[in-house]
Amino acid sequence: MHSEATARPKTAAPRAVARHVERSYPLWFYIPGGLVYVVLFIVPTLLSFYFAFTRWTLFDSTFVGFDNFIQFFAEPGLIGSLKNTLVYGVVTSASKVVLGMLLAVLLSGPIIARGYLRSVTFFPVLVSAVGVGLTFQVLLDPFNGVVNQVWTAITGADGPGWLTNPDLALLSVAAIDVWKGVGLATLIYIAGIAAIPNEYFEAARVDGAGAWQQFRSIILPLSFPATSTVILLSLIGGLRSFDLIWSTTQGGPGFSSDVIASVIYKQYQAGFYGLSTAGNVILFLVVTAIVYPLSRWLNSKETSL
Amino acid sequence: MSHHPIRRAAVIAAASISALALGACSAGSLVNPTESSSEGKTTLTILMDSSTQTTTQGQALADGFNASQDEIEVKIETRPEGTDGDNVVKTRLATGEMTDLFQYNSGSLMQALDPATNMVSLTDQDFVANLDESFVTSVTADEQVYGVPFGQLMAGGIYYNKKVYADLGLSVPKTWDEFMANNAKIEEAGIDPVIQTYGDTWTSQLFVLADFHNVLSEQPDWAEKYTANQAKYVDEPAIKGFERLQEVYDAGYLNKDFASAKLTQGLQQLVDGTGAQYPSLTFTITSYLELADDAAENIGFFAQPGDDAATNGLTSWSPAALYIPSTTTGDKLDAAKKFLAWVATPEACDAQTAAMDPTGPYAVKGCTLPDGLPAAVTDMQAYYDNGNVSPALEFLSAVKGPNLEKITVEVGSGITTAADGAARYDEDVKKQAQQLGLEGW
Repeated sequence: MHSEATARPKTAAPRAVARHVERSYPLWFYIPGGLVYVVLFIVPTLLSFYFAFTRWTLFDSTFVGFDNFIQFFAEPGLIGSLKNTLVYGVVTSASKVVLGMLLAVLLSGPIIARGYLRSVTFFPVLVSAVGVGLTFQVLLDPFNGVVNQVWTAITGADGPGWLTNPDLALLSVAAIDVWKGVGLATLIYIAGIAAIPNEYFEAARVDGAGAWQQFRSIILPLSFPATSTVILLSLIGGLRSFDLIWSTTQGGPGFSSDVIASVIYKQYQAGFYGLSTAGNVILFLVVTAIVYPLSRWLNSKETSL
Repeated sequence: MSHHPIRRAAVIAAASISALALGACSAGSLVNPTESSSEGKTTLTILMDSSTQTTTQGQALADGFNASQDEIEVKIETRPEGTDGDNVVKTRLATGEMTDLFQYNSGSLMQALDPATNMVSLTDQDFVANLDESFVTSVTADEQVYGVPFGQLMAGGIYYNKKVYADLGLSVPKTWDEFMANNAKIEEAGIDPVIQTYGDTWTSQLFVLADFHNVLSEQPDWAEKYTANQAKYVDEPAIKGFERLQEVYDAGYLNKDFASAKLTQGLQQLVDGTGAQYPSLTFTITSYLELADDAAENIGFFAQPGDDAATNGLTSWSPAALYIPSTTTGDKLDAAKKFLAWVATPEACDAQTAAMDPTGPYAVKGCTLPDGLPAAVTDMQAYYDNGNVSPALEFLSAVKGPNLEKITVEVGSGITTAADGAARYDEDVKKQAQQLGLEGW
């Protein structure tokens, strides 16, 4: 009797779970997708965590403990590249928020050729980063580039070495990144602004609010979901940015525009596969450590609105 | 009754189709599309980098060998140049999908391929005796010889515009002081004394790399000490290369677009005479010949000057080499060895010469250079004839850091000092040494 009574609730719980699963999808339905996920994502991830602790030549690997991580942090370029990564991420993401918002307000308003202007703003997003990089490399050439030829024509002096001056190179690349990526931010903002119900604007106009007040009190707070999306997307993009930096400066001159991703790539090029894998693990942890709390915080702000 | 033959035919058709499909899927056909052909010829494929110079020479070797016999046919396949190509080679070796033969650098880059496991030793082959000794050292690992030369020896040094030198009454410098004195006169004449092209970052390393003859003439055992972690670039005599790089920048002797100019622009300034001297590797000779009508006669070459005129000499680079991967076996291995034996003969040199003017001596004994070569080749040849040549560091030591070109850009454009750059490079080589498992690091 006793045993029967205690056995019943025990079996009841798994049965409830099983019935719940049964009701949604049969278990075998998950197997193909699960297999793909395990083979293409889980296995490589675990392997890369392992290889990060080895000295690995592709031909064989020796376990070296934390040596790779110690070396990565001792790498003279790493602290600089970490700083560059943060500067790049923050500068690009902040500019995209501000410019994207401004352009979106402009392009949501009643202006001539609105559709055309919207597509012009969005166009650079569609072009490959390598193509953009090579184009700007030509445009920003210190002596033969169009930008500095115009500069010389106006001021009469030689223009700055946009990509060859160590103090300017990183910011120049960040500016190119903003030019290329601001279209996407604008698009998200346009959608965010379009989603604000018209009644708010009507009510505000009845109360006599001007354009600035409407922007401050309606558009800015109510497009907050768009803002948080833009911040997160562009920050993640900025922190792991590689293609544009590689195609314009290759981290140069010297190491002045190196970011973590380009340092990792250089280790890989040099054949230090274990070291570059360790770098990838570090990049993964850095991006997670910055983006996860930020996204939690932005989400909490969003729900309190 | 009548449906039996039909069914049998269908079964046969299905079987042969699946056999075809399987055959098409096999890894061998993807990697090596040219299996032995039906006429009983053995077909060999060589993987080489895709530069015009390499493919021209490779095709010349393949054609020359194919014409010399009719049992073996050699074909070439190309891969990207530079570090991307290095990774192609490493990956294909690691996965066992390398072609029957492949072309790759000699020296420290070859050592990084783990030749003992990935390549067939050629030590017992007779033709090794036909090869230049310094070349043999550069393809030897653990006392086994792995490659035969592909192309010609190169030198690192300084190109100069002979017309500018003649107009200003200058002579070829044998010491660094003479070089700097020449620079001062050239600058007075309104010409850029030294051309640098950091848009192609590899060109920035020459003042450091080509200084190696001067290092060796001061300390003949420097390379062994360096490999054993007992000699450093921050110390004399090796730091002088970095100091010389900084010196020409500090003196303001560079062309004003040095930070962004590329190799071709630098060569153009050299042949135009707007720049007088350009540190370079001599394989670029073919690149400037087309830039001006008189370039062949007008551009000369000298070794990087050092402290002492008596020890003035040239730093030399071994050519790339052809190797057999350990995945090549049986008939293919025999055929590959036959091909390499032919490559190590003067006929093979002549076949390459016919396809493209050589830019330096061959590393095969008995090979001769034709007359009427560009002046820079003749200038370079003189150092070899006098025996004033040292191999570059990468052929004496497996230790070469990957970031040298970035560091020399920094030193050469005033971002950092020679001492800091040298210290940073010493850090950089540590990783390579550890990767190779060398002792003392």
